[in-house]
Amino acid sequence: MTEAAAALAPRVTVLLSGNEAVARGAWEAGVLVASAYPGTPSTEILENLAAMEGVSAEWAPNEKVAYETAFGGCLAGVRSLAAMKHVGVNVAADPLFTSVYTGVNGGLVLISADDPGMHSSQNEQDNRRYAPFARLPMLEPADSAEARDMATLAFQLSEDLGLPVMLRLTTRVSHSKSLVELGERRVPAPKAYRKDPAKYVMVPANARVRRVDLERRLERARAAAEASPLNRVEWASGSEHRAAGATSSAGAAGARHLGVITAGIAYQYAREALGDGASYFKVGMTYPLPIERIREFAAQVDDVLIVEELDPYMEEAIAAAGVRPRSGRPAVGKAVLPAIGELSPARVRRGAQLAGFLPGLPDPVAARADAGETAVVPEADPAPALPDRPPVLCPGCPHRAAFWVLRRLGAVITGDIGCYTLGAAPPLSAMDSCICMGASITVGHGFAKAQERLRALHAVGEANEANEANEADKADKADEANEADATGGDTPSKPVIAVIGDSTFFHSGITGLMNVVYNQSDVVTVVLDNRTTGMTGHQPNPGTGVTLQGVGAPVLQPEDIARALRVPFVEVVDPNDAAAFEDTLRRALGSGGPAVVVARAPCVLLRSVKPKKPYRVDAAACNACRACTRIGCPAIMFTGTRVEIDRSLCRGCAACVALCRQNAIREEGVDL
Amino acid sequence: MTAVTNVLLAGVGGQGTILAGKILAEVLRRKGHDVKLSEIHGMSQRGGSVVTYVRFGEKVFAPVVEQGEADFLLAFEKLEALRWAPFLRSQGGVVIVNDEIIQPLAVNLGQAAYPHDVVGRLQGPGRLVIVADGAAMAAQAGDTRTQNVALCGVLARQMVAALRGDWQAVIATMVPPKTVEANLAAFGLGWEAGGRVGQDQALLVGRSL
Repeated sequence: MTEAAAALAPRVTVLLSGNEAVARGAWEAGVLVASAYPGTPSTEILENLAAMEGVSAEWAPNEKVAYETAFGGCLAGVRSLAAMKHVGVNVAADPLFTSVYTGVNGGLVLISADDPGMHSSQNEQDNRRYAPFARLPMLEPADSAEARDMATLAFQLSEDLGLPVMLRLTTRVSHSKSLVELGERRVPAPKAYRKDPAKYVMVPANARVRRVDLERRLERARAAAEASPLNRVEWASGSEHRAAGATSSAGAAGARHLGVITAGIAYQYAREALGDGASYFKVGMTYPLPIERIREFAAQVDDVLIVEELDPYMEEAIAAAGVRPRSGRPAVGKAVLPAIGELSPARVRRGAQLAGFLPGLPDPVAARADAGETAVVPEADPAPALPDRPPVLCPGCPHRAAFWVLRRLGAVITGDIGCYTLGAAPPLSAMDSCICMGASITVGHGFAKAQERLRALHAVGEANEANEANEADKADKADEANEADATGGDTPSKPVIAVIGDSTFFHSGITGLMNVVYNQSDVVTVVLDNRTTGMTGHQPNPGTGVTLQGVGAPVLQPEDIARALRVPFVEVVDPNDAAAFEDTLRRALGSGGPAVVVARAPCVLLRSVKPKKPYRVDAAACNACRACTRIGCPAIMFTGTRVEIDRSLCRGCAACVALCRQNAIREEGVDL
Repeated sequence: MTAVTNVLLAGVGGQGTILAGKILAEVLRRKGHDVKLSEIHGMSQRGGSVVTYVRFGEKVFAPVVEQGEADFLLAFEKLEALRWAPFLRSQGGVVIVNDEIIQPLAVNLGQAAYPHDVVGRLQGPGRLVIVADGAAMAAQAGDTRTQNVALCGVLARQMVAALRGDWQAVIATMVPPKTVEANLAAFGLGWEAGGRVGQDQALLVGRSL
């Protein structure tokens, strides 16, 4: 649990992360119902809310459930929120798009924490696009104080406008700490719940009426944006960084040659890079955009630079509205600033130089990388000559033991999202695909169905074209050959194994498994059940028997669910027992139908898991063949001449022991 | 613009860089500075390279430190010191590097070489490089998990941003209750070691002789 911001007294100034501040702000606004699925960088919002007094704070199995739970709370008349990472909003998009039609009773806030630069994500979609797409107001804080303020204001705005409100964070806002002055909690009187099918039952006849009403509410939202103090102008106080040839306009109001329109963390980067050499329109409410106030601002500066991370979201809207600075020149944005990855003060500086707003010429290599013309992103790789240190499976991780066996089966392994995705990296290299939460089973099913069809084509001997396609496919895969490729001759008959974690199985694996049973494919689903949600930091889930707020709950077992879904082959096995795990997998593959193997071994970082005695390498017996290093354990070190096991890291899982042909790896204190 | 001091804390996931950064930021807040701290969680926790930025001064905008701007680099591991060294000012700057090697997987697999002469390569004009034996200090403090706070002690002495008592007060509230005594002892050892440093030379401190 992170520090409980609620334990802190009002009017004290403290250092809070953006996520802690959002939790605090929502709590001060009187939120009563909160639900989320964990996902970096959003996870700490609910963890903090759960520690605060008087809130129903839950981990939902997935983001759709979380948003619908919040909607239910709002329907009942209380302030409610749902929090998720950017890709989670895709999962929640279905209820989101219709909840703007119905509108709200109690205030409803959706928190989307985006991950520009993909620190911990599979994509960097810009969720600001959801605001105009779904048509809901959006607020974007630039630091923790604003995160607190906006989390509070969002509920009021939601109730005033009759719309859910999106609070859009990014990693650098969520995971940066800055100063916040705390306020008090005020729970507003709940809105009365009144049965109102015309508003809340979205059958076509009602939805058509609400669709028109939505535009009226959006009109009010536009007026609110134009009047909002969250959108503010900061006029320059000095006149430094004057571009050569720019008309002199520094007067009592300060330098007005350059006006910067910016929002979120990009505001901080722009202020850092351009300082008092520019004036700023800091947009806090980014949908609807306060376009008339932006027009007014632009009319008072010579040039406009739009500084925003990822997509040209504001730039497109500003261009479409025909906003121009007083010089008549078009506003400049993504022509000089990268649309890929995080911004930084240096990137803003280079962009301003490219546009001629700052003196000097940018470093050409860095500028080309900014423009997306090269793969190298200088900020992320300051010293490329050094060995990388990517994240790895922990010493003793049961996933490593599982993948070591899985990679030997010559199967196509469709993967999923979690710690075990690290099994895709060398030296295990035991994963063929990873798309999104729950996609392992469904992608595996489609792959298996394709192979079924291809086999049928082969069988009737009418598959000349299909054969060519298959040959091409094999050529593609030739250089990534598995140790024991089980591809049977020309027939596409690779076994398909879907690998999914316990929390991901609950999130969106179950419906996919139902499909495997219903539409009958021979996909073997391996649930890597480590009894927790590992990657995001050990959140409880429906399989753990405890809730976010520490209340006991029934333990849902993946094998029980599989049996309820009528999967004919269901077995539970400990992946640390390599022989038993391999035997179970081979029998599952041979069963000829849908199969589920629950590989159950708890995450070694769980407090309940005590490390076993560490192992060591008998230096006399070791011939430095390094076979043991192929399992990719951080505790096994090759020193250049021999192999050693770091006893402070080794958890005694013994997964490496069988790899040693010299029988040199032994438990501490045990000699031959 | 007013002067902002930039600090980088770099290490390997699991070494305690995040707690060290939180302690530093809280000390600076209590001294009345505007402070921002930025860190990356998630994938990078699992034994990957991690960095925490701390910036303080009268007014801080960006929460991130950029290349060529760091005044202090506290590295919990030698390769990580080298990785983040380009973030130091080209002139001056203080590097405190833990005398600790954690080989990345590529090195363990024999696919890459761990860099040689890390301390030599960290040197720069006007720069102070301090090699600190965090493990020895933590062991002497009675808890091997206090390395991060011992290293904080060395940094604290070099930064001259707050008094010893200011740090102790924050540490006592931010580490797990059962470990307060050991952490304060570790901090004290780091603080003393940080005071034994001369100018413009690589020094090994913290090793009890």
